[in-house]
Amino acid sequence: MAKVRGAVVVDKEGCKGCGVCVEVCPQDVLSLNREVNSRGYHYSYMKNPEACIGCSNCGVVCPDTCLTIYRVKVLESEI
Amino acid sequence: MDIKDIIKPENLVYKKSELLIDTIMHYCPGCSHGVVHKILSEVIDEMGIQEKTIGIAPVGCAVFAYNYIDIDWQEAAHGRAPAVATGVVRLNPDNIVFAYQGDGDLASIGTAEIIHACNRGENIVVIFINNGIYGMTGGQMAPTTLVGQVTSTTPAGRNVDLNGYPMKITELIAQLPGTSYVTRQSVQTAAAVRKCKRSIKKAFQNVIDKKGTSFVEVVSTCNAGWKMTPVGANKWMEENMFPFYPLGDMKDSDKKEVSNN
Repeated sequence: MAKVRGAVVVDKEGCKGCGVCVEVCPQDVLSLNREVNSRGYHYSYMKNPEACIGCSNCGVVCPDTCLTIYRVKVLESEI
Repeated sequence: MDIKDIIKPENLVYKKSELLIDTIMHYCPGCSHGVVHKILSEVIDEMGIQEKTIGIAPVGCAVFAYNYIDIDWQEAAHGRAPAVATGVVRLNPDNIVFAYQGDGDLASIGTAEIIHACNRGENIVVIFINNGIYGMTGGQMAPTTLVGQVTSTTPAGRNVDLNGYPMKITELIAQLPGTSYVTRQSVQTAAAVRKCKRSIKKAFQNVIDKKGTSFVEVVSTCNAGWKMTPVGANKWMEENMFPFYPLGDMKDSDKKEVSNN
């Protein structure tokens, strides 16, 4: 039985902290950072990276296209 | 497994389209324009029509669309994008021409142009962003503003006696024989974005097949103009805009042969 692991790479400077990605994430992975980027926005980050399944919902809804998504299948023996 | 082992080029599943120019858009956080720009760039990229596509930018927030999508653009006067698109497509019938307009642009000052371009069945795609207000100029009432909706020019809500009724322009367009595909979509969730992308792709395919005008309305948010958070605006849209502007295809057919008899 393979498990799916994903990762989200956020373009910190491109993110405007709208929070739409946080809302659509089915696994509650993303959150808005307490810190701000150079333009003063609380950018998105992976609060809970282990839960990410790489479904790309966050990337699809991001208005500023600042999310890049990776996904990999992990065999049970490798965990 | 470490995050570094996941972030490898062979595991990539979603990235920014190469047609989107690598710059930060001027739109407000959470603006639907950004999502529709992304869909357009992905569709044009996937169909391989970058060299043949000409976009007509409106007046409104999307006036700077030419800074974001790497195709040929022409700027039109307020509301006149379908008229400019008509000229472009008639001179270059092999090019794929789309007009990108907001509701203040298309449903108010440009009503004559859009109705007649669709009635003539010009071979163009029209992308209509309907957020119910004039976003760029400060959130004033537009023809599409809902009854009772608070805007900067209707602080007590739109009053039917004084301001008239909101206009369902897409339903009007669907009645015209020149149109082949008329649909209303939204982009607030991942499922809606994927559905909207399929609709826009179909609209572009219709233009390649020379089927007449394809019209895609995208019910959108303007959280800055509505004075809401981006997520709150999406919820407000689902609760208030969708009952009045129901989503779905209104027409999906070939250009009709209208006889004089």
